[in-house]
Amino acid sequence: MTLSQPLAAARTDARPNFDVERVREDFPILARPVHGKRLAFLDSGASAQKPRQVIESMRAAYEETYANVHRGVYFLSQRSTDLFEGAREKVGRFLNAPSHENIVFTRNTTEAINLVAASWGRTFLREGDEVIISALEHHANIVPWHLLKREKGIVLKIAPIDDDGNFLLDAFADLLTDRTRLVSITHISNAIGTIVPVAEVIRLAHARGVPVLVDGSQAAPHIKVDVQALDADFYAFTGHKVYGPTGIGVLYGKSDLLASMPPYQGGGDMIETVTEQESTFKDPPFRFEAGTPAIVEAIGLGAAIDYVEALGWDNLHAHERDLSAYMAQRLGTVEGLTVVGNAREKAGITSFVMECAHPHDMGTILDRAGVAVRAGHHCAQPLMERYDVAATVRASLGLYNNRADVDQLVEGLQQVREIFG
Amino acid sequence: MDDLRELYQEVILDHGKHPRNKRHPEHVTHAAHGNNPLCGDKVTIYLVIGERDRIEDVAFEGRGCAISTASASLMTEIVKGKTEAEARALFERFHAMCTDDSYVSAGDDEIDPESMDRLQVMAGIRQFPMRVKCATLPWHTLTAAMAGKEKASTE
Repeated sequence: MTLSQPLAAARTDARPNFDVERVREDFPILARPVHGKRLAFLDSGASAQKPRQVIESMRAAYEETYANVHRGVYFLSQRSTDLFEGAREKVGRFLNAPSHENIVFTRNTTEAINLVAASWGRTFLREGDEVIISALEHHANIVPWHLLKREKGIVLKIAPIDDDGNFLLDAFADLLTDRTRLVSITHISNAIGTIVPVAEVIRLAHARGVPVLVDGSQAAPHIKVDVQALDADFYAFTGHKVYGPTGIGVLYGKSDLLASMPPYQGGGDMIETVTEQESTFKDPPFRFEAGTPAIVEAIGLGAAIDYVEALGWDNLHAHERDLSAYMAQRLGTVEGLTVVGNAREKAGITSFVMECAHPHDMGTILDRAGVAVRAGHHCAQPLMERYDVAATVRASLGLYNNRADVDQLVEGLQQVREIFG
Repeated sequence: MDDLRELYQEVILDHGKHPRNKRHPEHVTHAAHGNNPLCGDKVTIYLVIGERDRIEDVAFEGRGCAISTASASLMTEIVKGKTEAEARALFERFHAMCTDDSYVSAGDDEIDPESMDRLQVMAGIRQFPMRVKCATLPWHTLTAAMAGKEKASTE
């Protein structure tokens, strides 16, 4: 054995039960060069790439079993319905929901939150009622409440964070009043990666009888979510960030809450009977799924969940922890770079700015280096204001990222310094 | 790296770092806010328009990338002293330069050849379609201000 062997081994990403290089082979797009360079895809927080298994499940659904669901008595419709409803059951298990009947399919997280705002919010909120969100929210968990504010005169309160991006639990508790009707909060900040202690948030809210909606858009791909352990009242996430297709999202809701809510949209598939003047509606979740759903996308989401769970959460967490530490260490070597958000509990999402260059210029230079990152406000403008920046560069990790991706990012940032330094 | 060097030429880096006319004039006849909702960049254009629609003073404030800052800076230098119609005509040619692959300079036959010559440093943006709006935002905002509108947007 030569001396270089242990060093070389220390530089690889190999783990006993998780070989990132093998995992990368499941994602066809990672093999394509960009601008003649190897692709370092570090924008999974915006949307994750898809493994062959997901693409294949959707191809098979279209080629072998496709028909509309919940309708025909013929073979294909039955088969399609089984697969679609099977996907709902997979999602239920993925979240550890009590039943698949707690799972409403939506287009994405945004639609899931809008569904709650439009159905539950319009029904139960009155002028002066208070909804608490946090300073970390994505626009998807801000704007629906702004709409209700205009329509109903609700009061929106913002739970603060400290300068490192930590969620301030005590300050949140102080915002709860007799008028608080809902807490709607992100599980993980899409812009700076803070993991919000939602279990504690929910405990505090429930102590005052206030239900909690959790925006799990960024959490579902990064941590094992257990809606029963959290005791979440609503939990929303989207398929395309958990390596599934676009156009399919999920709203989990507790049975009694869903049962108390009127339909979100009206149309086919959500009714019991329709006469010329009146309709009656199905029970949840179907009450909230008007029209032909995203059948094949739901099946693809089911395949994505199978894929992630087969890799194992422990492996994924360990890999992400290692790579996040490596990223923090390597970014620390780039002169003039400041990380925005240094929360104690953070997922693999890192936002940063550089003294010498604007995030957009950084994004363009990184792109030419084959590095895909998000440069912008991350649909979190209030949070950007909080840090007094117009934008940041965000590198977000997926399960397929490796150290070479991080190295390529750092090399790209050195080029930024060459041009702007 | 070549098209990056083409984009980030010395002139652009210089205007990006040391923008000219980045100030708020005391007396303004026209002003407009420009906003690129995609990235959150903002620019405000201030104008003093005198007799016969002549732009007597032009300045800007805001925050943006090197491209949008340099474009705003260059623009203020170029349109100062021009009439509104001349400024609009320049924007039309500049827009073509930034977006139209078949664009070629008409040389001496170009409208205002000297100004177009100075704007030529921005031509590298054509290789970066995602960044064209950074370069054109200040000009959109200028046209909005001249038209008496308060707001301009790239979307």
